[in-house]
Formats: sequence, structure tokens, C-alpha cells
Amino acid sequence: MTLLDVRGLTVRTADGRTLVDDLSLTVDSGERLGLIGESGSGKSLTTLAILGLLPDGMTATGSVDLAGTQIVGATEKRLAAVRGRDAAVVFQEPLTALDPLMRVGRQIAEPLARRTCLKGAALREAVRGALTQVRLPEPERIARAFPHEISGGQRQRVALAMALACAPRLLIADEPTTALDVSVQAEMLDLIDSLVRERKMSVLFVSHDLAVVARVTDRALVMKDGRAVEEGAVHDLVRLPREEYTKALVASARRLESALDLRSAR
Amino acid sequence: MTLTETRPTKAPRFGRSSRRSATLVVGCVLAGLIALLALVSLVWLPYATDDTSGGRLTGPGGGHLLGTDKLGRDLFTQLMTGSRIAFEAGLGSVAVAAALGITLGVLAAFAQGWLDDTLSAFLDILIAFPTLLLAMLIVAARSATLGSAVLAIGLAQSAVVARLVRVLVKRVLTQDYITAARTSGTSWPRTVLGHVLPNIWPTLVVNLALQFGLAVLAEAGLSYLGLGAPPPNASWGRMLQEAQATFTTAPAGALAPGVLLVLLVIGVNLIADGLRETLDPATRRRRA
Repeated sequence: MTLLDVRGLTVRTADGRTLVDDLSLTVDSGERLGLIGESGSGKSLTTLAILGLLPDGMTATGSVDLAGTQIVGATEKRLAAVRGRDAAVVFQEPLTALDPLMRVGRQIAEPLARRTCLKGAALREAVRGALTQVRLPEPERIARAFPHEISGGQRQRVALAMALACAPRLLIADEPTTALDVSVQAEMLDLIDSLVRERKMSVLFVSHDLAVVARVTDRALVMKDGRAVEEGAVHDLVRLPREEYTKALVASARRLESALDLRSAR
Repeated sequence: MTLTETRPTKAPRFGRSSRRSATLVVGCVLAGLIALLALVSLVWLPYATDDTSGGRLTGPGGGHLLGTDKLGRDLFTQLMTGSRIAFEAGLGSVAVAAALGITLGVLAAFAQGWLDDTLSAFLDILIAFPTLLLAMLIVAARSATLGSAVLAIGLAQSAVVARLVRVLVKRVLTQDYITAARTSGTSWPRTVLGHVLPNIWPTLVVNLALQFGLAVLAEAGLSYLGLGAPPPNASWGRMLQEAQATFTTAPAGALAPGVLLVLLVIGVNLIADGLRETLDPATRRRRA
């Protein structure tokens, strides 16, 4: 069953520049799709357009069907009902994606309370559970902390817990590991992988890093300058890239890898 | 923030700074002493406000702590009621300015197109409009009471507050955590109350403290001109005006309210500075 069906999505700025051009993609229930492209290729705008959250002045045309709701042109009230329930997002920069003046526990409690109608001690227990589930140590301490009091990796786990607290059918991960250092990155990817598997969620995984996408998703779509240039199984993309741009991406990923190999051999 | 900085840190908790700001303490002491005078004046005064039994223009001492004015009224008594009026003027004006300013500011921040332009132009005009003229208009329409003065000052200040709130809200709205809250389905009213207002609050509360000081000064100015609280409630501004003619012979009548006015405004400004140090998330994070 198709969960997300994007057809001919085009995003334009107020002065008429086209940032996403005639993009189509589908994500089935339980499927994972990678969205690859360099910065400025329109990946993040695509994720925002899927939730009807484009910045002021930008307009989307085409069709975005998310779990049966047409997002393009929908009213704010309808969008608020869809957001969180049908799709939730983990953003790239966990420090700025958390409210700096609100304790972490309360930020997770907000979407939890809305979905489950829990209150008081039961809600606190649910928050603790949400923090434990993203494998955060000392959930009580973290729940009481402000975002700047915990580490970057912990913050991103909190952001993931917030997204999962909505129990969305589609998890949109917008470069969730880019701001983390490499050892934390691997843990984070494994965590997303296992949590999504347990919940049978669909994933739209956005990244500029082919290696990262290959780790989490099976199918990927390559974007350049707002257009989809190539789509297919990640394995095929890596082994037999057809488009020049994909070849360049693969080559640069390879170069990086071989540079690391050389250094470790030395 | 770079990756190397992402270690857990022990930061002071919100509102409870580990290094208590010295300016905040000094400011609280200054304003606190005058607040105490104002509070005591509610339940006890050395003399009645209209008691003219003392000699005229007696110097300090002899049953009158600071002496009497040209009508034989006790100066210290007037000073005490004056401090109460100063606080009423300050708190009243700030309440009007905050209620009106925050509402208008949030509206202006969300307004688009012509509504945004109209609101901005309206605020600019209100800021450019002289407070004195506004006060005279309101006094002419109502009467010369403390309420009229407070309304005039509060209205004038609400424009300043609204413009600040508009900018602050616009800035907060571009932050990722607002988008993050929206992606989880938080409605606009909830986002504003839960995330936007708390995040502009540190800057806003500092500005409101400064507005309090300005309002106290403005009320003194208005009552100096006879546009403030009517007799027998002595306000510092009217005390200054009444003591003006006899300043060379009996300086206490003008010095006492003048000094208290300066002390209160300095105290409130120090509190504002201290609050900035303790509340501003930027300085808090830097210290962490």
C-alpha cells in the first residue's frame, strides 16, 4: 500500500525561481527510501513540502498524497492533524531543533500527551520510556535537563524520541547524522534502523552521504538542482550508476573510503 | 556549535545563576527600599496627607524628619505617598504596555502583506507621537488623575514594546525548534504560548523593567506639569514643582523627591541589567 505519493511536486520562490522541479516519488508502507543529493539540491524543501511547512513566500504545486490526505493546498487545521500522526521529522541540527528554554522531558511530553491523553505520573513514566527506548542513559536526569546541558549525540536521540512519540507512519529523517561525529553517527543509524524495524514504519531518509543512505535504505532517489536524476536500488546505484552525477557521487564516496584505507594501512 | 563542544556541561539552571549578578542585588536593594516606603505608606503615615499643623518650611528635625513644605505639610509623609504613586505609575504603565504591546506585536509578527505594513506604520506613528501631547489629550478627555497619566504612558510605551515583540517573534519563528514543533502537529496558538513567548521572555522582561523606570520618570514629568495624580496625593513630580520657588531657602523639599526619583530609576535600570545577565540564554550558555 502506498503511504506517500508525491507527483509532479514543484516548489517556487516568490520571485519565480524553481527550487524543486517536477519531482515524483512514492514510499510504500514499511518501505525505506533514501533521498540523496548535495546541499541546495532541494532535498530539505521536499521534506518540508511533504508536511505543508514551506517557508513564507514559497509555493508548492503538484500533488503530495500522504496517507490519503492531499497536502498541497490543504487548510492549516487539516495539516496540523496530519503532522505527527502520519509523518514526523528528525532534523539535521539537534541543538536548534530543540527549544533551548524548555526541559527535554517536557518537549517529549508535548506530542506524547497529545497522542495518548496521558497526564501526571503516567505521562512522566511514558516520557521515561521514550527516552529509554532511544537508549539514553539516566532518563530521569536527561528529562530534567535543558538541551544545552546534554551532548550532541544525546540531543539527536531526544529529537528522535520526540519524533517517535507521535508514533508516525512515516519517519522523515533529514540528515539526522550529519551534525554528529562519526562514531556517534554509526550508533544513531543502528538505532534508527532497529526502532523503525520494530514499529514497521516507513522511512524517508535524506542525506548527502551515499554511504549513510546505503546503510539504512534499500531504494534511493538521487536529486540534483531540484530534479530527480536517477532512482533505483541502492546496490545498483553504487555498482552501476547510470547518470554522470550519480557516478560522481559514488566516485567521491569511494575516494574518501580509499583515502581512509591508505591511512589505516600506513 | 562545533562537534568538539558537545560534551555534557553543568550549566546553571534557568533563573538560578551560580554567580549571582551584583548589579541585580544592588538594584533590588535600591528599588526594594523605596518599595518598602510605598508599602508602609498603605498602612501607616507619620502625618495625614492634608495635615497642615506643622510650621511652614521648617527645616529637618523637630517632629518632622525632613521638615515641612510651604503649606506646613510633612515632607516625609509626602515622600512616602509619592513612592506609592511612583510604583503605581510604573507598574500600571508597564501592565498596559505589556498587555497591549505583546498582543499587537504578536499580531504584527504573524501579519502578512498590507496588514503587516499597516500595523508597522501605526506603531511607527504611535512611537513618533509625543507622550506629553498624548497625555494632554487623554487628560482633556477624562480628567487629571493618576489613571489618565498611566493610560497615556502605557499607550506610548505599548508601541515600543509591540515593535520589539514583533522583531523578537519574527526571529524566533525562523528557528528550527518552531518547525520541529509544527512537524509534530502543534497548533499555532499552542506554539506561540509554549515556545515563542517563553523564548522572547528573557529579552522582553529586561525591556519591561527599563520601561518601568521610564514610566516612573514620565509620571513625575506629567505631575510636574499638573497632569498627574491630583492633590492631596503628593507625587514626586508635584513635590518638585511646589518646592521649586523656595529651593534656595528650603532645599529639602526639592532634593528629597529628586534623590528618590533618581535612586528608583537607577535601581530599576540595574535590575534590568542584572536580569539581562541572568536570563539571557546567550550569556547563560556562554558561561556554561
